[in-house]
Amino acid sequence: MLAPVHHIIGLTTIIRERLLPISGNVAARAQQKVTAGEVVAETRWAREHVLLDVARSLGVTPAAADRLIKCQVDDKLAASSEIAVGKGLFPRSVRAPREARVVAVGGGQVLLEVGESKIELRAGFPGTVIQVIPNRGVVIQASGGLVQCVWGNGRIDSGLMVNLMQTPATVLIPDQVDVSLRGSVILGGRIEHLETLQALAELPARGLVASSIVPGLLAKAREMRYPILVTDGIGSLPMNSVAYKLLSTNAKRDVALNAETFDRYSGSRPEIIIPLPTSSDPPMPNETETFVPGSQVRMRRAPAMGMIGSIVSIKPGLTALPSGLRAPAAEVKLENNENIIVPLVNMEVVG
Amino acid sequence: MPTSIVTANSMLAIDIGAANTRAVLFDVIEGEYRFVASGIAPSTAESPLRDVSEGARNAIQALQGILKRNLLDVSRNLILPSQPDGSGVDALVVTVSAGPAVRTLVVGLLKDVSLESARRLTESTYTRIIDSVSLGGQRKPEQQIDTILRQRPEMVIIAGGTNGGASRSVQKLLEPIGLASYLLPEEKRPAVLFAGNDQLVDEVKALVGSLASHLHFSSNIRPSLDKENIPPAESELAHMFIKVRKKQLKGLDILDLWAGGHTLPTAFATGRMVRFLSNVYGSPKGLLSVDLGASSTVIAAGFKDKSVLKVYPQFGQGENLTGLLNYTSIDDILRWSTLDIPPTAIIDFLHQKALYPATIPATREDLVIAQSVAKQSLFLAVREARKDFPRDAAFIKPTLTPLFDPIIAGGAALSDASRPGQSLLLLLDSVQPVGISTVILDQNNLMPLLGAAGSVNNILPVHVLESGAFLSIGTVVCPVVTAKYGATILKAKVVYDTGAEANVDLKYGFLEVLPLGSGESGKMSIQPARGVDIGFGPGRGVKNMQINGGALGVVFDGRGRPLDMPSDPVRRRELIKKWDWTLGGG
Repeated sequence: MLAPVHHIIGLTTIIRERLLPISGNVAARAQQKVTAGEVVAETRWAREHVLLDVARSLGVTPAAADRLIKCQVDDKLAASSEIAVGKGLFPRSVRAPREARVVAVGGGQVLLEVGESKIELRAGFPGTVIQVIPNRGVVIQASGGLVQCVWGNGRIDSGLMVNLMQTPATVLIPDQVDVSLRGSVILGGRIEHLETLQALAELPARGLVASSIVPGLLAKAREMRYPILVTDGIGSLPMNSVAYKLLSTNAKRDVALNAETFDRYSGSRPEIIIPLPTSSDPPMPNETETFVPGSQVRMRRAPAMGMIGSIVSIKPGLTALPSGLRAPAAEVKLENNENIIVPLVNMEVVG
Repeated sequence: MPTSIVTANSMLAIDIGAANTRAVLFDVIEGEYRFVASGIAPSTAESPLRDVSEGARNAIQALQGILKRNLLDVSRNLILPSQPDGSGVDALVVTVSAGPAVRTLVVGLLKDVSLESARRLTESTYTRIIDSVSLGGQRKPEQQIDTILRQRPEMVIIAGGTNGGASRSVQKLLEPIGLASYLLPEEKRPAVLFAGNDQLVDEVKALVGSLASHLHFSSNIRPSLDKENIPPAESELAHMFIKVRKKQLKGLDILDLWAGGHTLPTAFATGRMVRFLSNVYGSPKGLLSVDLGASSTVIAAGFKDKSVLKVYPQFGQGENLTGLLNYTSIDDILRWSTLDIPPTAIIDFLHQKALYPATIPATREDLVIAQSVAKQSLFLAVREARKDFPRDAAFIKPTLTPLFDPIIAGGAALSDASRPGQSLLLLLDSVQPVGISTVILDQNNLMPLLGAAGSVNNILPVHVLESGAFLSIGTVVCPVVTAKYGATILKAKVVYDTGAEANVDLKYGFLEVLPLGSGESGKMSIQPARGVDIGFGPGRGVKNMQINGGALGVVFDGRGRPLDMPSDPVRRRELIKKWDWTLGGG
């Protein structure tokens, strides 16, 4: 059976597309080395539009208004620029209410784009641009450690990772957050208090890696301006041992956090990249796996939710579970040496 | 049935769900179509494969393993038509419910008239209404443009204007949509369905024709102020939905090609089947189908001359579960639980299940939580759907569920329950049927596939339905009554074909079961107490009513309608355990 894969890898080749949401200018070149914070593409986007009904304002037919309109599509207009002037002794005029760009003209109306803002797309992690996608963005390659997460708050940043976890089950409390952590990425365990998120915002921290977060804090976590990534789940869960080992042994290293929202259809997932120097490209991660004896797996549901184990054997046919359901299952040896029967759909291969 | 009608063609039906893809083979056995076998594999709409045809091929491969017959060639393409060596199939139909709910903008002229009709139409497929626009709205056209640009609807459903009525007002509504579509990148432009004033077709084409990814027209869903006609538009919307899905789900185009265009949204195919069955049964009662799946909960009901199809992604048991608490409270979920579960466990469950929709409960406690969530979701879905049931449907009380017979239940949460009694209790608690009904479990989730198959071969669904491919749970008797706990509310007798008799005195607050196995039949007589209504009027009973058996037999539900649950949680949990035990629980 095809197995879901959860990447937690010490050293691999990471290739990621970084794309603008709309078309724009790509600033990076192929083979260019980029840092995490470097702008690789940018564009402008208008948040608002103004529709001017010239025909109505001048009291003429739409066709007549079209003849009176002086601007064309793509014209840039200063505030109060004249768009159309009526006829007569005291002609009425229609002016641009703000600085604007003309996006459509016709039917006696003019549609303006106002309030333009700039969107800058940063590389997100240090690496080499291996492909430029015209008008949209780049593909970047790097080597290093990779930890995929299950939840992210949509932010992106990078910095030196400081480990505040004594064990995989540590709860990060506000008292642990002090000024010496300013500008750091915090490896912080379980998040159960709003004050912890606020203390990190006040520093400010460059990011937070948590094992879990209680559901009541999700809305606040989305508002935080620093990236927050959750490795294991929503609720109160310890960090899985593979992620904990990899992250804690890489403390004091620069890490790149991309806390993009998990999207099961596009495949985008929040992830932590630990850039590491290598002399040659390490192997790419496997995108597909099957369950076989010996596979390292992570439990996705009770019992032993979040725990790591290895498959001892795949059970033939359907196996009756303690819940009474029958499903394809495997015998799994957990890290605590306990053997349990787990339905295949409740596991994912770690690697 | 004359055998000449049967064309001896085999048919493969593939259902692409959010969690699983199933391949089901129907073939001719002894002159009649039969459900032969089904293969199942995880769906592959999601990353990393992001190609639904892979999951379909894997499901077909699993089916091949059962059949010991090749359906795929060496390149893993479907062998079409069947070959002399027995490999392949003669036809394919596909149903699809996988994929995120389609973001939809609903547009109508008047808020309480055409906009309401457009909303009802939109709820007939897998959509999420992100915004609605009507003439009475407070937003200026440019604000509407900004909203559309920000929310990027994938579909726009427009209704408005009675036939021969308003035209200028409809045009006014269309202008911001056309302008916003013009400003969107071509690949992001929405598909548009116009289901308004029939005489505006040319104007709609001129205003949005070149700016929509697809432009569809249906007959007016509101031809006059007092008349609504949704079914023809449902069919058009289903076809438009498949076009949108083909853009979103890689691999669906190849499956649709194999199927010769016979690809339908799963819910629409279920709705077709319900309409067909309700015509066949011709009962004064309605026919109800509920499907509790990962992507959504689907309620399809057929009445004498109207059908209602409702798709509720917000009540699906998968990725949308995190939003369930926007519609209900934790206490309302916990009221169904047999165990004392902390509220945090429910919240954690909703989030974890949303992350991993394909997972199943492995422990007893996890199953209790899953069933409680499923029960509350179905309860909410039925309550919502009831608002759109016709007023002239057969009711005992208009505030209760109408009279339905049969009730057909499918979807993973129901068909995967560990025993039929668990599925039945889930249905009795959430649907709260009234009167006398037959309850059928669609354990192989065949309803939508038969609905789709009917578009190619209209004999096939009839044969398969008659062949016993569905599991009859039995007959349920649900009196409408309020009484004191323990008071006798009816006396019933079942006379078996063997001449033996079984009697029950049903007390208020109790469930009782009389055995009547699958394939058996009997005659049931019921004498309700004064004021108790089983669908024939207060206090009026029935004599020697022919009934058929099922996995559980005849189930009498004396718990009142609406269901009367004790407010004390300890007492309530004890009662639920007792009810569960009565229906075969341990």
